[in-house]
This record gives sequence, C-alpha cells and structure tokens, in this order.
Amino acid sequence: MSSQSVVHKGYLSSLRSRLHLDFWTFGSLLIALIVLLPIFAVFYLAMFPTENIWPHLISTVLPGYIKNTLWLMLGVCIGTFIIGTGTAWLVTMCRFPGRRVFEWALLIPLAMPAYVVAYVYTDLLNFSGPVQSLLRETFGWRTPRDYWFPNIRSLGGAISMMVLVLYPYVYLLSRSAFLEQSATMLEASRTLGCSTWQSFLRVGLPIARPSIVVGVVLALMEALNDFGTVDYFAVRTLTAGIFNVWFHMRNLGGGAQIAVVLLIFIVALILIERFARRKKRYHSSTRSIAPPRIHLTGWKAVAAIIACSLPILLGLIIPGAQLVAYSIKFYEASISAGFLTYAKNSLILSATAAVVAVTLGLFLAYAGRLGKGPFLASCLRLVSLGYAVPGAVLAVGILYPFGYFDNLLDAIMFERFGISTGLLFSGSMFILIYAYVARFLALSYGTVEAGLTRIRPNLDGAARTLGRSPSGVLRDVHVPILRGSLGTAAILVFVDTMKELPATLILRPFNFNTLATHVYQYAKDEQIEIAALGSLTIVLVGLIPTILLSYTISQSRSGGKNT
Amino acid sequence: MKPLDTGLELKSIRHSFDNREILKGVSIGAQAGELVCLLGSSGSGKSTLLRLAAGLEPIQEGKITIGGSLVAEPGFQLPPEKRGVGLMFQDFALFPHISVIQNVMFGLRHLSTQDAQARAVRLLERVGMADYQKAYPHTLSGGQQQRVALARALAPEPRVMLLDEPFSGLDTTLRAQVREETAHVLRERGVATLLVTHDPEEAMAMADRIKILGADGRLRQSGTPDEVYFRPADTFVAGLFGPINRLSGYVEHGYVPTPLGRVPAPGHPDGAPVQILVRPEGLKIGVAGGVLVDLISVRQLGVTKEITLRPCDDEVGLCPMQELYKARILGPMHPVAEGKHRVAIDPDLAFVFPG
Amino acid sequence: MSIKSLFARSSKFALTASVAAATLMPLAVSANEVNVYTDRQEFLIAPLLQAFTEATGTQVNVVYASGAGMEERIKAEGRNSPVDVVMTVDVGRLVDMVNDGLTQPVSSEVIESNIPAEFRAEDGSWFGLTFRARPIYASKERVDPSEINSYLDLADEQWKGRICTRPGDHDYNLGLLAAMIHHHGEEVAREWIKGVKANLAQSPQGNDRGQVQNIYTGLCDVAIVNTYYMGAMLASDEQRPWAESVNLIFPDQDTVGTHINMSGAIVARYAPNFDQAVQLLEFLSDDLAQEMYSAGNTEYPVKPGVQWSEIVQMWGEPKFDAESPAAIADYKGLALRIMNEVDFNAGP
Repeated sequence: MSSQSVVHKGYLSSLRSRLHLDFWTFGSLLIALIVLLPIFAVFYLAMFPTENIWPHLISTVLPGYIKNTLWLMLGVCIGTFIIGTGTAWLVTMCRFPGRRVFEWALLIPLAMPAYVVAYVYTDLLNFSGPVQSLLRETFGWRTPRDYWFPNIRSLGGAISMMVLVLYPYVYLLSRSAFLEQSATMLEASRTLGCSTWQSFLRVGLPIARPSIVVGVVLALMEALNDFGTVDYFAVRTLTAGIFNVWFHMRNLGGGAQIAVVLLIFIVALILIERFARRKKRYHSSTRSIAPPRIHLTGWKAVAAIIACSLPILLGLIIPGAQLVAYSIKFYEASISAGFLTYAKNSLILSATAAVVAVTLGLFLAYAGRLGKGPFLASCLRLVSLGYAVPGAVLAVGILYPFGYFDNLLDAIMFERFGISTGLLFSGSMFILIYAYVARFLALSYGTVEAGLTRIRPNLDGAARTLGRSPSGVLRDVHVPILRGSLGTAAILVFVDTMKELPATLILRPFNFNTLATHVYQYAKDEQIEIAALGSLTIVLVGLIPTILLSYTISQSRSGGKNT
Repeated sequence: MKPLDTGLELKSIRHSFDNREILKGVSIGAQAGELVCLLGSSGSGKSTLLRLAAGLEPIQEGKITIGGSLVAEPGFQLPPEKRGVGLMFQDFALFPHISVIQNVMFGLRHLSTQDAQARAVRLLERVGMADYQKAYPHTLSGGQQQRVALARALAPEPRVMLLDEPFSGLDTTLRAQVREETAHVLRERGVATLLVTHDPEEAMAMADRIKILGADGRLRQSGTPDEVYFRPADTFVAGLFGPINRLSGYVEHGYVPTPLGRVPAPGHPDGAPVQILVRPEGLKIGVAGGVLVDLISVRQLGVTKEITLRPCDDEVGLCPMQELYKARILGPMHPVAEGKHRVAIDPDLAFVFPG
Repeated sequence: MSIKSLFARSSKFALTASVAAATLMPLAVSANEVNVYTDRQEFLIAPLLQAFTEATGTQVNVVYASGAGMEERIKAEGRNSPVDVVMTVDVGRLVDMVNDGLTQPVSSEVIESNIPAEFRAEDGSWFGLTFRARPIYASKERVDPSEINSYLDLADEQWKGRICTRPGDHDYNLGLLAAMIHHHGEEVAREWIKGVKANLAQSPQGNDRGQVQNIYTGLCDVAIVNTYYMGAMLASDEQRPWAESVNLIFPDQDTVGTHINMSGAIVARYAPNFDQAVQLLEFLSDDLAQEMYSAGNTEYPVKPGVQWSEIVQMWGEPKFDAESPAAIADYKGLALRIMNEVDFNAGP
C-alpha cells in the first residue's frame, strides 16, 4: 500500500468516524426514516385535532377501551405463548405419530384472516347458530334465559379468535429458535438432572426467549391494530376509539392522538422486554445437530397429538370446512371473472413486499449488529411501529407526505419546465408496496434480528479476517445460516400482505383488486357465504409458501449430516 | 527498540469500555517468524488487544502497523479484510453451515477453486485433518475443530497470526501436542504470531518472547521465557508462574536473613525492608549447612514431588506450625522421606524486591 | 431454486426491482374517461358503471375505497387529484366534503329534473341518488304492528328485554340518533336512547341480519334494521325464514316520516374530466340506473316515477324523513357523544 493512499484513506475515515456514519449506519438510518415517515405523519396529524376529545373520552368510554385493550393484550399474549411455544417444542423435540404433518399444518391458521374466522365462529356459536340450536332441541330449552352458553361476541371470544390465527407467529419463531438450539446444551441440561419438561422450561425457553418475545410482540401488535374482529364482536378497544373519533366525530387529529397513545403502549412493551433482556447473550455455542428427539409413546403420544391437533382443528379445519361448504353451495354467486387477476395481483404484491421487506429487514438487523452501542439498535427497533398502527391510520400517514411530495414536484416541474408530473406516487403500485413494507417491516426485521442474535459474533470476526467485507460476511455467513429465519420472515410478510385490507382499500390504484379487497366487499355486506371462496383462496395461496418454507427448514436441518 | 518492518507492532495502545480503561499504553509486537505470548489474567484486556490488531475493534488511542504500514490509528482504520491477519478464536468460530474443506477455503476466494482446494487439502493434511474434509464442524471434537480453525486461519497465508486462548478448550494431553504442532507450523511459515493466554505454562512452552499484562492494564515485563521466569520484574510477575514462597525481612550487609536461610540482596541498601519470593524448586533439600526443617508432607505430582515443610529452631528442635513453605523436586531421582532435613535457598530462584 | 440463490439474486436487485416491477402506473390519459372514488361495494356499483360505459362510451376508472380514508386521500392528493366523482353510501359524508371544500357545484337540467329538490343541495354541490329506510322489524308472532307508531315507542317499558340492535356507534344507529336529535332535541334524544338501552335483550352486537335472525330464534321481538337487508335475506334460501318471521313497521308516518340513509355523489373540486363527471351523475339519476338500484339492491330510487322493485313495492309507500341526510351531517358527532355518555354498548 502506498503511503499516499494511507493518508488519503486516513483522512476520509477520520471524517467518517467523526460523523459516526458509515455505509451501514447511514443506510439503515435512512431506511428507518423513510419507513417511519407515516408514523411521523400520524404524530403530525395528532397535533391538530379539530377539538380536544379527551375530556369527553375520559369521562365516558376511555376507561373501558383501555381495560378491554389491556385484557385483549394479556389474553393474546398468554394464549399465543402457550400454544405457540408448546406445539413448537413438541414438534421439534419429540417424536410421535403425525409429527411431520403437524410441523407445517400448525402454520396454516396464519393465512386465515381473523375477521373471517370470527364470522364463521359467530355463525356456528351464536344463539341462532347450529350448536346452540342443537342444544336447545336436545334439552328442550327455549330462550337464552333457560341456559348458559358463552357469548362468542365478547372479549373472550375476540381473544380466542385472535389467538387461533396469531399463535403461528410464536410457533414459527420459537420453532426456528428451538431448531437452532444446540443439542449439546439440551443434553447437558438433561445430564444435570432436568427432566424433559424441565429442560423445556429451564433451557429451551430461556434460550429461545428473543425469538419467542418477537413472536408474542408481533401477535400483540397485530391484535392491537385489528379492527375487523373487535368491531364485529362489539368489543371496544382503543382501535375502535380511533375510528369513532376519526369517522364519526370527523376528528382525524383526535383519532391520531389515540393512535399515538396506542404507539406508546407498544413502545413501552418493547422497552420493558429490552430492559429485561439487557446484557444476556443468546447465541448458542455450536451449530445444532438435529436435537435429540424424545420418543413419546402411549398416553403421552396421544396427549401430544391432541395438543397439536386442537389449534389446527379450531384455527383451520372448522372454519375451513365451513368456508368450503359455503364455497360449494354458493359457487356460482362467488366465482367472478376477475378472480384470476385478483389472485395474480395479490401474489405479485405479496411476493414483492416480502422480498423488499426481508431485504430491508436484513439490512437493518445487520446494521444494528455492526453498529457500536445500543443507540443505533434502539433507533432501528422503531421501524416496528408501523405494525402497531391500524392499517387505515397508517395509510393516511402515507397519503399526506406522498401527496405533498407529488404536488410539490408537480408545481416545481410546471414552473421550471412547463411539465405537469401529476401524482407520481399517490395511487400507484409503488405506494401500495411502500405501505406493506412500512406496515410489515416489523415482521421481517424482528424475525431476522432474532435469528441474527443467535449467531455468535466471533463468526463475523473470523470471516472478516478471512478477507470478507461486512457485506461479504452477510452474504457468505449470515444469509446461509439464516436461511430458515429469512424464509420465515418472507412468509410472514407474504401471508400478511395477502390478507391486508385497510391500507389497500385506501391506497390502491384505479380498477385494481386483490383477493382481500374482493372478499371484503361481500364481508362488509354481511355475505360471508359469498366471501368464502375468496377467503379460501387467500388461505390456499398463503399455503404455498408455507409449505415451501417448511420444506426448506427441514432440508436445512438434514443438510448438516452428510459426513 | 528498533522498528519492526516485517511483523506486527502495536504502539501505546489505550482502550476503554464504558469509561473503564482496560489498556493503558500497551506496546507489543512480533516479528516475522516470531511467536510472542501476551500473558495476563482474564479480563485484563488481552483479547481486546487482539481484536484491535485484527481490526475488529476500532482503535481509540495508539497506533498499529503491519509490515511497516500503518493499519490503525485514531481516525483511521484499515478494515480487517485488508490487513492480511489471521485470527483464531477461543471458540474456533468455525462456520457451521459449510464443511471442513469449505471452511478452510473460505479465505481463498482470490484463488481459482482448484488452487484453493489444493491448498486447503495440503493444510488439512498438515494438521492431520485430511480425512474430515466433508465433515461439518459440529461433528468434530474440540481438538479437531481447533486444527481446522488453524488450517483455516493459515490458508490465506497471513503475515500475522493472532491466537486468542486457542488451546483452552482442549484436554491436557491433547493440548501439549496441538500446541507444539501449532507453534511449529507457524514458525515454519515465518508468520509473526501474537498469542494471548492466561496460562503461564502455555506461554513458557510456546513463546519466543513473553509479555506480561497486569490487571491494571499496563505491561509489567517482557522478555524471553527464561528472563521472565528467572528474572521477574516484580512480585506480580514472579507470582504468575504457579505457587511461590513469600518471605520478608531487612537487608543486613548485602544479605537478608530469613527463616529458610540467608538470601543475597545485591543492590538493596542495608536496613531496607524487602520481599523475597522463592520458587518451590529454589528450595534445595539435603544441603549440608542448611537450615533445619521438618518435611510434613511429600506428595508425588507426576514427575515432581511437592513437599510441604516448616523451619525448625536449630537449638531447641521445635518446629512452629504457623509458617509452611513449599518445595518441589524432581521425584524419581531424589527419594526423600518425611522428617527433619536441612535446606538452602538457591539464589537464582529467589527474587528480592523492595518491600 | 434454493432460497439462498433466490436471496442472493433478489437482495441485489430488490430496490431497483421494487421500483421497476411495482411500476409507477401512469394514469392512462385517454380523452373519454371519468374517475370515481366510492365506498360502496363493487358488486353493487360495477353493473351501473358498466351500463354507463355502454350507454355513453365513456370509460370509468374506479377505486373502491373504504371509510373516511377516501376523503383523506382526496385531501392529500390536492389539486392533482385524478378523482372526478365521489359516490358514498351516506350523504352526510358528502355534506362534510362540501364543507371541506373538496367539491364543486354542478348545474344540470337533467339532474335537477331527475332528483327532487329535497334530495340534493340547493347549489348543486351534492346529490342524493338512492335511499334505504331504517324501519322497525317486529316478530309476526309476538308483536302486533299497531303496538309501535314511532321510534320513540321503543323507549317504552313494555319492550323491556325485547329489543335487539347492532352496536350504538355503528353508522346506521348514529344516523338514527342524529335524526332524533334533529327532530326532538338533544335531551329527548338522550332520554330516548337511554330507554332503548334499558329495553335491550342483550348487549348490542352483530350486524343487521343477525338482529332479524335473533327475532326468528326468539331472542328478541323487535329490532331496528335497514330495508335493504330484507331483500338480501329473501333471496337466500337459508335466511328466507328469518325474513318471513317479521313484519316491517315504518314508524312516524303521521309525523316526520321513517328514517332513511341516503347514498349520493359529488363532483370533485379539481375534477379533470368535469364534463364526463356531470354526464355520469345525469346517468345515475336517470331511469335506467335508478331502476337498477331498486332492482339490484332493494334501494329506493330518488327519481319519482321510477319503477320500484317488487320487494320494495311490497312495503307500500310509506312517508320518509327527507331531513335525515342533513341531520346526520349535523349531529352525528353529537350522537356518538351521547352514545358514549349513556354507554349504550354496555347493554341493558
């Protein structure tokens, strides 16, 4: 190396290090800023309410909204945690009949839109539904006062519906964490006298904690931003408050204020977890061999089968069967000429959103890993906030900045060159993709970051000294090791984009439908039976990548064995 | 010290974590073909020094050169991949997703696949791992992983090799063997090697030169293994190499009287309080005219015997319990029984420091 | 293709690809078109718009939006907004858009002769196109239609434990309460809704059809449900028995008339295709479209003399409260406050 180039480089890097900016830091902060634009817009809107809604809300419905919100969060947290980690542990650590099928089947309820499941269960379980009718016929009861039956349209019902479709987040993330756990660590714990149950509680869970937490937080955020289910069940949460104030009181700023409160909820949640995790390290010491499988027989095997079947039965088979029945019965009314186009639109959007979100998520997570100190990592964690905001609110947060930009550009171009550029972004496919990424980056970032945490930092050091640049390390070490996590991230974004409705409705271009919007027009009109075929298609299309992913993960596990 | 133009040099390195300074102006280097050991207790910042040299940690103060070229100083940081430095981690850090041979070839991207493969195979043969090319790291034992890691680090033919406690994961018998092989391979290739360890025996066994880092973040001594063993610079260094007898007293006419006999104290003024550290093998047993002692236990430790003794009053024959000392002798050649003997201190193995 | 190679490829091109693949769809600039935003369902509106294209040759581009996001989109798009015509299910929202300056007045002899004056703004800033009544559904078995004459009757003690309704903060219920405020004043309206709440059979939940099903199964005896759902239920094998178990009672025939929700349309302030926009409104208010509304969706056409659908005819010619739409615009916010204050959703 010539001394001149040393001097030159020295000058540049000293400048850089003084600014504390390198490619990764700068790039990640830029991405974070762009993705957070709608959140800033929501904060901005919150500064201009048409009137102060709080005195009215606090004296009337707000305490109830908050109480419901907290209960909903608690219920979803406990439910998804138990079902998600329990089934993940069973299918990764135990051997019992049907395990291979359960392994991927447990994922599928994720593809079910929560509100569709809610419709189906209401039809089945309300006073006029077949279950209660049968009970009345059998026992000769007549009115609701003759007997007690849990009301499906209740807080408990909403929690149940959400747990049924959201537990796969926890399942997916904890399963990949369990798979990546070192077998030796678990064996050590067993030789130290832990029973299998204890090694789950004392070793398996704690090591998988970062991933489990990501899964539960994702489920909670999704539960918070859900409007369809809680609205249908008449469970009034803060989200319902947002829409009431925005739609009915015509107070967008007031609605945005409630959204900000909701965000504070989420940030608090994330901070509490961060604080609890603080300095613990979670990377395992060696790459896992396929973990030892505990052979379950007799009643234990039966119990395992039941434990894994129940979520699938309740989250997939029962609502799925009802949808199939509707689809067959109302086939002619449901099939539409545009169906193929809608499916194609959904597929293209979801795949693009998945690729972009996973790429950016990986970039951010890796930049956080490279960055020194907790500051950058905390900043980057904020990109998850888009997921906690109801889709319609996020969409408005997107509309204004882009509308402003488009009009500004148009004005400048017209003034300078006499050209009108019109609306460049607004009403384009680009803005849809942007919305999905802003909304679902939490899914990919969280998943990838949790996976990255489990990779020992020394691998980075080894690769660097073996001649790889930071991006080379990412390409040659992390990406292949993270295959499972990346796939998981992609599938989460894909499936959620397939289901996404509120932002799509507001932002989409002219004459443009997705499967979700197609389904929605009937669902909105209380015609779930005609919406069934479309819902089923969403599930089926979501199934394709789910099975692909399952396949990839099981491949990656056997990949290490061809000695 | 003449400037090193072939190896690695770290000059006046200072480094802090969370406002705690763990390196306070440390200078250390290794020339081509030379193996330098940095010996220090855990948590003393040894590994940080290696990470600085490799470029994995941004430098805060000081300067690092490799082959005479600057690679790091405050505000300038040549990235690790451009330094031509090999680094072996304590946990070996083998890539779990690729096979042994692919691990070794990882740093050989500048070669054609064929050449890279050929070189990797040669190296694996050199470390005795040629049969495991297709294996994945998690199927290997610790010693095997260590050897693969060495092969991998050597593959790109780095000018400088950094070893971070590379043998601590191995069992005792394996350790000695792998250590020797490693040192051999490194010297044979003329690599400037810096090894950090907290194991004095390892340092003695491998190093051309040893540098001792104190818990305060300063270098205490540097020299050949002989020098640091036989001429420790202070009580800290003297105490590093296993258990040692500690005596104290005052200088009288160039000597210090102690319960175990007189020790010459050249250079210390009369009347000065001093500390005397005597290595266990510095107590000679069965020396006519020595001090009368009582050997209260003799234990066989491999090839050596460890002896616990207490000095006795020559006239009364009483041996107070409160002062116990250790002696070590080569076992088989010196049959020794418990009971009264006469001992003397070997001045070469007794170190006098101002007290 | 392995995930790895897929990824390796995609990561490199992700950004460029997303920009290129998700093309910045340029708005097709064809001379003869009109752009519509609507929150009405596609399956209702698409046939009407298709008929328009067939009749006029004007291409229609639609965004089926939802909720108040549609208005925000128009505001955000500003002067470059491509939208020409906005159709909503609730004229109250059109009035708000007029107040927000998102519309422009239209004067067209065709429209003015089609739509009676009470169903459009005086200055032509908004137009009603169809309406749906919100009558009271009562069990044929358990309720004598003469027992109810007015919405106010529902607060009566005799209905204790017999009323079903959807949540109080739903658009339709807020609209009805807004009309009650308009006609009877805030205090009467508040006491009325309190009384209704006390008479509920269960906490407000479910949708309109569900309330009819509840009457059918005996959970309650009366419900407030839009007329439009009657048509949909009669068309369904499964739901026909529900529909056949109830009488429709159109209250307040001697006074202000039965409450209605009106759907309508406006022409956007910056409409790039103004002429076509007016042409579309003329079409929608004319016989063909008005008949399609009535036949296809069991709605009442605003244009007098248009043939009503068979089902709509079944209910006779009740008196409707034409002041409802304006009342909704004025009092919906207040209605929500009252609903909150009486904690309507908590149920009896």
